[in-house]
Parts: sequence; structure tokens; C-alpha cells
Amino acid sequence: MSERFRIAIIGSGPAGLSAAAHAAQLGLSHVLLEKTDHLSDTIYKYQKGKHVMATPAQLVLRAGGGLAFAAGKREAILGSWGERIAAAGVNVRLNAEVTAIAGAGDAIPGSVQAIVTRKRDGSSETRELQRHAPPYRLTLADGSAIIADTVILAIGTQGNPNLMACPGAALPHVQYQLDDPAAYNDEHIFVIGGGDAGIENALGLAADAAQGNVVTLVNRSAEFSTAKDANVKALLAARDAGRISIMTGTTTRAIEPGWVVLDTPEGEVRARCDRLIARMGSAPPRGFIEGCGVEFASSDRLAYPKLSAVFESTAPGIFVVGALAGYPLIKHCMNQGHDVVEFINGNTALLPADEPILAEKFTGLPGNRSVSDWLEFLRSRVSILAGMSLLQMREFMLDSEARLYRAGEVIFERNAPGSSLFGIADGEVRVEIDPGNPAITVALPQGSIVGEVGLISGRRRGATVRAGSDCILVEISRTAALRLMSAVPSARREVDRLTTERSVLQIAAIVATAKVETIPAGKAVISEGDSGDDIFIIRSGSMVVERQIGGKPVFLNYVPAGSFVGEMAVIDGGTRSATVRAAVKSDVIRLGGAAFRDLLAAKPDLLARLRAEMATRTAMNAMIESKKDSFRGLVDMYTGVANFLVENGVGEATDVLLIDEKLCVGCDNCEKACADSHDGLSRLDREAGRTYAHLHVPTSCRHCEHPHCMADCPPNAIHRGPTGEVYIDDSCIGCGNCQRGCPYGVIRMDKVPPKKPWLLSWLLFGQGPGPGEPDAKWSKKHAHAEAPKKAIKCDMCSGQSGGPACVRACPTGAAIRVSPEQFLTVALLDRGQG
Amino acid sequence: MAVRAKAMGRAVARAPRDTAHEGFLGHRRGRWLKVSAALSLTAILAYALIDQTPRPNGGTALGYALGTLGAGLIVWLSLIGLRKRIITTGPYSLKGWTSAHVWLGLSLIVIATLHSGFQLGLNVHGLAYVLMMFVILSGLWGIYVYARLPALLSANRNEMTQPQMLAAIAALDRQLDTAAQPLGRDEADLVRMSIEGCDIGGSLWARLTGRYPGCGNSRAEAAVAALVDGQRRTGTADPRLVQILFLLERKGAALAQARRHVALKTRLELWLYVHVPATFALLAALVAHILSVFLYW
Ligand SMILES: Cc1cc2nc3c(=O)[nH]c(=O)nc-3n(C[C@H](O)[C@H](O)[C@H](O)COP(=O)(O)OP(=O)(O)OC[C@H]3O[C@@H](n4cnc5c(N)ncnc54)[C@H](O)[C@@H]3O)c2cc1C
Ligand code: HEM
Ligand code: SF4
Ligand code: SF4
Ligand code: SF4
Repeated sequence: MSERFRIAIIGSGPAGLSAAAHAAQLGLSHVLLEKTDHLSDTIYKYQKGKHVMATPAQLVLRAGGGLAFAAGKREAILGSWGERIAAAGVNVRLNAEVTAIAGAGDAIPGSVQAIVTRKRDGSSETRELQRHAPPYRLTLADGSAIIADTVILAIGTQGNPNLMACPGAALPHVQYQLDDPAAYNDEHIFVIGGGDAGIENALGLAADAAQGNVVTLVNRSAEFSTAKDANVKALLAARDAGRISIMTGTTTRAIEPGWVVLDTPEGEVRARCDRLIARMGSAPPRGFIEGCGVEFASSDRLAYPKLSAVFESTAPGIFVVGALAGYPLIKHCMNQGHDVVEFINGNTALLPADEPILAEKFTGLPGNRSVSDWLEFLRSRVSILAGMSLLQMREFMLDSEARLYRAGEVIFERNAPGSSLFGIADGEVRVEIDPGNPAITVALPQGSIVGEVGLISGRRRGATVRAGSDCILVEISRTAALRLMSAVPSARREVDRLTTERSVLQIAAIVATAKVETIPAGKAVISEGDSGDDIFIIRSGSMVVERQIGGKPVFLNYVPAGSFVGEMAVIDGGTRSATVRAAVKSDVIRLGGAAFRDLLAAKPDLLARLRAEMATRTAMNAMIESKKDSFRGLVDMYTGVANFLVENGVGEATDVLLIDEKLCVGCDNCEKACADSHDGLSRLDREAGRTYAHLHVPTSCRHCEHPHCMADCPPNAIHRGPTGEVYIDDSCIGCGNCQRGCPYGVIRMDKVPPKKPWLLSWLLFGQGPGPGEPDAKWSKKHAHAEAPKKAIKCDMCSGQSGGPACVRACPTGAAIRVSPEQFLTVALLDRGQG
Repeated sequence: MAVRAKAMGRAVARAPRDTAHEGFLGHRRGRWLKVSAALSLTAILAYALIDQTPRPNGGTALGYALGTLGAGLIVWLSLIGLRKRIITTGPYSLKGWTSAHVWLGLSLIVIATLHSGFQLGLNVHGLAYVLMMFVILSGLWGIYVYARLPALLSANRNEMTQPQMLAAIAALDRQLDTAAQPLGRDEADLVRMSIEGCDIGGSLWARLTGRYPGCGNSRAEAAVAALVDGQRRTGTADPRLVQILFLLERKGAALAQARRHVALKTRLELWLYVHVPATFALLAALVAHILSVFLYW
């Protein structure tokens, strides 16, 4: 007979703990189920001594059972929670992984969930699940079961590590995590998996030769394609130095006590193995959650479960809170844990704790509405917001702003960088479509959106937009917009439709033939010599144009998002004169050539504009062709350098630091200037990075079109600033997600060093460490209070009237910061000549 | 977001910046070369055309003018040392400064020589002139190394950073240490010689030439190579020694790269250790020169 509870709380992170403590305080019958043998596994796994931050500061904390949370060391927080949970009499069960949840009541008529599983080959399979009414039967990993009237899912987003599937996988020397690499000595250790986690573990185990470990890294494929370049380099260096062995193209066949059997390209190998650490990625918890009858908002990887205003999922009686509900900050998690128990206990009138924050966002607006009225106002009046629940609207508004614009006021200007999207809730806006004549405008009515081009391409604004009448707009940050699009499929379709329509100038006939396609990096959309006449608008990403000259492809041009390609064949007829390849994964709009020709016939000014653009491109091509005989070497060099830059991710950059190593004297004044103008920490590493033909791409932020670093920042601290820079604001909690996310390794985690004595006292009396970043020893000695480590990156020197300090401070002109379209042109050819 | 942006004092318009890909000598299409040439030509013309009685020297009106200009230039040229180190947020370009420094510095040859009216003696005035020419010559030496060495530095680095070079050597040392464990005392001592007897920095002479005659690694390599050769002639070589020889060779290559790196960096800096102290001497001599002119007319 299984035990029965009113509330079962699954997961003991901050959300689950807070719910359980509150349930205990209210005297509700409850159980807290935790998979691991300790509470709050995600925080438990933070680095030792990590300073945990309590953001957002304005948010009040609501936590039941006397649970407290303020910024402090990981150990102190976990310690106090442990004590509180014991004192509050929470019914905790550790080592209790829930593997399935199913309704034990009758089948709920008409409540069927379709679960789609996508396979590696791209095909998908749909399975239908009939939901049953509560109470729920929770099956635990040890086979026992628990019955509960309501379930609170607070399992976070960590998921489960992918497990070894070969025989012997359950042996005790197989593990899925490495807490302290220094803890093992004189062992034969195999690390399975060539991603970042596996490589970092292997390097950690082999770092100190005195530990005497024999470390082997096993990777299934021949390449380390998923790991960061810096990690792969360090791994190969460790191999060359004889500290690590690498086995590629290898899989594990079986594990035996003290041994492992591997399938290598040369055949089967049996090797001594005292410890096997499998780091093969983790499966997100989505599969398990869907299996419980909880539906997600869309098939998107970023999507969260569909929830009501009281956190109830599509399975009645199953509630979802915490990171899994889309709120990754500890304070939010704890507040939701408290609130959900109140809701379950019948207090549905409770207002969420973020109420005052939202109220503040609406203070400047006319019309005395309450927060929920404002949310409803926006939702019902901006078409892309229509599909959201009130709870989603709340979360959405935390990252967005509502603002009033007076008639004629500028909303954004042409060529200003910006990636936010505006929804028009009231009034109308006017778009100045002709840069030459601001009087020619197109009106966009209430309900519509504007600014979507910046959102999608990550490039500059295409037109100036002003308020046509007094109007209320909601400005949606890029992160919030992406989340919105994954949560509400109709919003995504709407944005797609509008961008396509607007990029082809609202001509309906053309839109009918237009198709949005995604082109993987390296693939050609146009091939030299073909006879097609489709034309492409690059919506996001960028392309390179090249041509066969003397049997070798020669680089002609770099085309950023927002441009056309393929227009020559339409205007001049004939076959394609060059090949156009995607430099990075890109989205294009493909238009039929015939329809486009009709459009040009109807719009002579568009034709004239295209002809002008074509003329510059043709001139460039002709110039390169003319050089091909006399300056064969030069043209080869140009192509080589251009390809090198594209391979190094410059194709997705908007602003990149380059160093001409024919000029750089190694004085490091660039790094010193960066440190001295940024809290004493340099945001660039001059020597690190790739070099080709003396052109060096140092380790420094490229301000990517679609910054990978932004993808997973719990407090949403990373933004694109008004001048195009990607920067991190003060709310950074130091979790390191951005550092892991950036493929170029440009983010460092560090604490701000103490202030240096004045420069003159160094010059005259030798006091302090002098210009540049102080060394670690000096900083440690002079530090006052304990400062938390935060993410540090280049902000393009925004706010400094002189522009990038690294460039200004270079005495020889070796360092320049440029956009790729500025550099990948004639400048590069000049370089060869100069 | 915009609210937050304002609170943080972010810029709303992008600051103008220099994106031209040109070195300091040709900064802004040779602007400072032209200024300097114009300045020198004007000085020469003035010297030739203006009647200076009783004879051209520092005491005539033109002499005063040239002298003031020259002294002003010298003081301004010295200020580049401060400009380089005080990082302000406003628009300035150290490249522009260097460009102007070099070309205007060269124009001093003309200006100061004309100022002297070709009268130089063994006195404090002559000393100031000689020191100035010495500073300028050392500047030319700097131009030479700045033009020639960066490409060599870059090629030698081969995408390695300096800390990586040192780490690679340390890693080879660890491997040598492990590989030497099973060896006999004498052979292990050879390895020890490589591990303990290798310098990368050292005396100025060693750093500049990259030559380390007593280098433990080359001695160890030679000795082990001789041992292995000997064993090969009489039979097969001890595989452990062969492995060590291989490691010593690799360490030799890594050491050579690091030492070339240090040598190039030293050469890129060394001239400044002449240029800057000489500047201080020049400034002192200049003060003496001016004081003596006014005091002992
Ligand atoms: C390195 C790092 C640093 C961070 N720093 C901060 C910070 O300074 N400030 C801040 O506010 N936020 C920070 N965060 C974010 C924050 O830690 C998480 O978002 C938060 O812990 C999420 O809480 P949760 O309760 O939703 O889930 P989690 O804390 O992830 O807890 C989920 C729990 O559920 C358990 N579980 C999972 N599946 C099952 C199952 N099937 N059965 C039973 N139990 C299960 C897990 O073992 C785990 O203990 C950081 C995150 C990281 C990764
Ligand atoms: C009397 C004339 C000159 C004076 C007083 C002078 C003084 C100085 C000083 C004080 C510095 C600063 C060095 C430092 O702090 O690192 C400097 C740098 C330099 N000088 Fe001169 N200089 C003079 C003429 C010249 C000339 C004629 C040349 C070239 C032909 C020259 C080339 C340079 C260069 C290349 C630098 C280095 C810039 C850098 O790397 O930051 N100088 N000079
Ligand atoms: S930190 Fe990395 S991912 Fe983010 S913008 Fe810079 S280079 Fe791109
Ligand atoms: S642009 Fe500014 S913040 Fe960025 S690397 Fe250069 S000096 Fe540092
Ligand atoms: S400041 Fe210029 S010359 Fe000096 S190290 Fe940096 S890039 Fe090289």
C-alpha cells in the first residue's frame, strides 16, 4: 500500500524547498522528493565558495517556514536552508527520483496529449497520451510509489546525464560527474565524451602530473566538433605533451571491474580502467515532463510548459514552478514555491511578489489602470501577444517596457543598431521609407509591430520610425521576443510573415512566390554558371561571393544581412556569374525571378537603385579580375585572408578587433588601455587567437549578430546597447553560462581589482602596479572586501567619446576595430599591396 | 531596457573612430610627413632669405624664433611618454601622436641646426645639440626595429602566446622527470641538467642574442645523443634513452622558440632604454642651455 499526501513536491531546489517549507508551516500533508542524496542539487554543484547573488534587488522575498535568502557564499546558504528545513519539520525524502507520474483516477474525456519525438534523421513520431484525473501515482526509481492529490514539479532544467548503455554500465567505477579532479591519484581513468565537459574533466585530472593519473579521453567521432576551440587546443597540447591519450572514432563496448573494452578503428581494445567518467551531455527533462501529461508551448528547444495564472499545467493538479516554469533566478523560484502552495491551499486572490516591479513599469502611462488591466490591455491590443496567458504576460513584461510617445517623437532612427521589437498598443507610427525624403512615410496601425528587421538580422535599423499620433508602444527586448516566439507559435508566424512582406516592399504578388529558407554555413544558394534567376534577400547571417578564376575560387565580396543577391541574372539575363555561399547559418527569402522582373518594371526607382548597387559590385569584380594575371599572388592572398576571417566567425560579427602583426610591436598598450578604462580588467587577450598572413584575430568580443552568450543568462543581464555593443549589466550573478556559451572564449569571470594609486605617484615614486591590469598578487594584497566574481567582457568602450580605447592606445596603428563589411573589401586588397 | 541604459550612461550614438588600416608612418595619408616637410622648408627658406646680422646664430630674431620652436617641440615630443600611459576617454589617437612625434622629431634636425647657425662648440650649447641628435638617432633606430621585427615576432610566435610557450617547456620538463625515474644515477643526472640548467631570460646579452652557451638542455642532449649513438653502434639503443633524447630534442625546439621570442621583444624595447634616458638628459641640457643664454648673455 503506497502512502498518500495532499501535496507531493518533486525537486528540492529553491522552488521546491520554499514550497515544502510553506506547506509544512501551513500544516498541509506533504512530501518533498529529491533525486540526489542532498538538497538543492543545482546549487550544491556550484563551484566551492561561489558567491550566490540575490537579484533582482527590488523583488521582495516570500518564503515559507522561515526560509531566508540573501546574497552570500554557497556553503552558508545551503547550510542555513538545511537547518531551516529540518526545523520546519519538512517531510524530506532523499534518493527518491521520480520516474513517472500518472493520474490514478478516471480517464478525463477529451483530454489527450500528443507527444512528438523528433529523431536524429529529422523524422518525427507522434504518440498519444490519455490523461487521467488526480490523485496522481508517483513512481520512484526504486519501484515504490506515492499517491498525491496535487503535484508540484520543481525539478529545474538540468535534466539527466545521458547514461552509458553498454554492458557493465551499472558498475560502481562508472560515474557521470567529477566534483574534484584533485581527489584522484595514480588511477587509470577513462573520460567518455569529447564535448567541453569531457575535455575539461580530462584536463583537470591530468593537470598535475604529481597525481600520477593515466587519463584517456574517448570520443565517438574523429573530430571534436561540439567543443570550444580553446578547449580542443588545450587538449591537443596536453596530448602532445604526453599528459593525455586521445582515442577518436572509438566507442565503449563493455565495462568490467577494473577494465574497459573499446571498439576502435583498429579493432577491439581491452584496457585497464579504475574509473570511467561519462560526459555525454544531458537529456533535458522535457521527455519525462511530457510523459506526465504536461504540454509545452511549442516544439522549440527554448519552450516552457503551458501554465495557468496559478502555475497549473495542462494536467489538472500538476503545478510547475522555478527554472522549469521559465524563472531561473533563485528569488523568483522561492517566491513561486510559496505562492503555488497558497494557490493550492485555496488563496487564489494572492498577488504575485513582482507586482510592484510591474506597477512601476506602467507608472508613466496615461489612464489609471491596475497591473492586470495593463497586461490585459497590451495582450488584447497587440496581435502577437494575443496567444499568451496572464502568467506569461507577467514574465514577459519583466523584460519589456511600455512607453508613451508623443506625436512626432522618434522611436528609433535609421542605422541605429538595435534588436528590440516594438508592439503598437495604442495610436499609430509612421515609417520613413525613403532616406532621401522624410516626408514619404508608411503608417502602421495599432496592433501591428515594428523593428522586426533588427530583431531578426541583428543589424542596424533600416528606417527611422516616429510616432504618428500619441501612442503607447511596448518595447520587447530580443530575449523576450525570442521567448515569445517560441512560446506562442502564432506570434512566430506573424513575425515571419511581416518580415517577408516588408522586405519586399509590401507587394503582394511577390510575397506569394517568396519562401523563407535556412541555409547551413558553407552551402551555396547560387552557383556560378547555373541558369536560375531567383533572387535572395538575406534575412539573417551573411554570405560570401566567390568566382572561379584560373581554376581556383577567388573571394569577391562579403554580403551582410539585409542585402540582395542574385539580382544580376534578373536584370542582365544570362547565367550566374559567381557563387554565393552562406558564411554562417543564414536565413534567406527566395523570390521568383519572373515575379521580381514584373516588380522592377513597375518600380523604376527600385531598378535604378539595384543597378547602382550592381555597378559597384561589378566594378569590384572587374578590379579583382584585372589583377589576376599581374598580381596572382595578391589575389590569392586576398582570398586566403578573407576565407580565414570567415572561418574564424567574422561572418557573424558586427564589430571585430583585428591586429596587423606586421605593425604590432607587442607593447600590450592595447590591453593596458582596456584595463585602465574598464575597472582595471582587460577585456582582450592580444596574443591569444588565430593568425593568418600576419593578420591576427585576438581574443576579444565580436559583438555577434545573434550573440550566443545571451542565450541562457538567468537574470537577462546581457543586452545589445544603443550603439550596437553587446554588454553585461550589473545584475550579472556570475553563473558562467555566457562564458560557456560564447564560442570565441572572450568572456572571463573575475572580480574587480582594488583601485590603483594615482598614475603620477607610480611615475614619480614607483607606487602601485603601474598602467594596465594589476597582477593577481597585488590585487589580493590590496583588496578590501570580498568581491564576487562576475562575467567581464568588452563593451566596445560605449560611453567613451573617443571610441575603443584599445585602438586609440595603439602607437603603431596595428589594432583596428571594424565591421566585417568594412574590412572584407578593398581595404584588404590595399593591405596586400601596401 | 532603455531606462536601465540611461542609468548606466551608455552612449546613444557611436563615437567616431579611426578604422583606417594604415601604419603610423603613413597616418592620415602622410599628414605629419607633409607638415614636417613644410616646416623644414619654411625654416630653410627663412634662413636663406632673411638677412641676419651680424651673422646667423641663436641671438638673431630668426634664431630666437627657431630656438623657441625647437625647445617647444622637444618638450612636446617628450610628452608622448605621458600620453601613452594616461588613458583618457576622449578622442585621441596614439598612432597620430607617434606619427607626429616621428616626423616632427626629424624636422628638429633642420630647425635646431639652423638655430645654431652652424656654430657648435664644446660647451653646454653644443652638448644640448649632440644629445638631441643622439635622441633622434635612437628614434631612427626605433623606426628600424618597429618596421622590421613585428613580422618576425609574429612568425616566430606561430599562434602561441608567451605563457603557452613557457607552459610547453614546463610540460616537457615534467615528462622528462617521469621518463628519468627508471634510469641509473648518471643518466638521470643528465636529465636533471636539462630540467634545472635552462634559462630563458637572463642577462641582457643572453636575451638579445638568444645564445646560452651553458644551456643544460643542449649539453644534456649532446651527452644523451652520444650515449645513444654508442649503444646503436654496439647493438640496440636503450628505448628509454631514445625516448629521453626525443624529449630533449623537442625541448630544444621549444626553448629556441621562446628564446627567439624574448630576443625579438628585447630588441623591440631596448632602443627605448636609450631613447628615454637620453631624453631626460636632453631636457636637462636644454634647461642649462636656455638658462646660460639668459644669465650670461
Ligand atoms: C553556476 C550557476 C550559478 C548560478 N548563480 C545564481 C545566483 O547567484 N543567483 C541566482 O538567483 N541564480 C543563480 N543561478 C540560477 C539558479 O541556481 C537556478 O535557476 C535555480 O537553482 C533553479 O531552481 P529550481 O528550484 O527551479 O531547480 P533546481 O535548483 O535545479 O533544483 C531541482 C532539483 O530537483 C531535483 N530533481 C530533478 N529531477 C528529479 C526527479 N525526477 N525526481 C526528484 N528530484 C529531481 C534535482 O536533483 C535538484 O535538486 C545559477 C545557476 C548556475 C548553473
Ligand atoms: C628630441 C627629439 C625626441 C624626443 C625628446 C623624444 C622623446 C621620446 C619619448 C619621451 C618617448 C616615450 C617613450 C616611452 O615612454 O615609452 C618617445 C617615444 C618614441 N619616439 Fe621619440 N623622441 C624624439 C625624437 C624622435 C624621433 C626623431 C623619432 C623617429 C625617427 C622618434 C621615435 C619614437 C618612437 C617610435 C617612439 C615610440 C612610441 C611608442 O612605442 O609608444 N623619436 N620619444
Ligand atoms: S561574448 Fe562571444 S558570443 Fe557574445 S557577442 Fe561577444 S563574441 Fe559573440
Ligand atoms: S573596445 Fe574597449 S572594452 Fe572592447 S576590447 Fe577594446 S578597449 Fe576593451
Ligand atoms: S597596442 Fe598595438 S602595437 Fe601594442 S601590442 Fe597592442 S596591437 Fe600591438
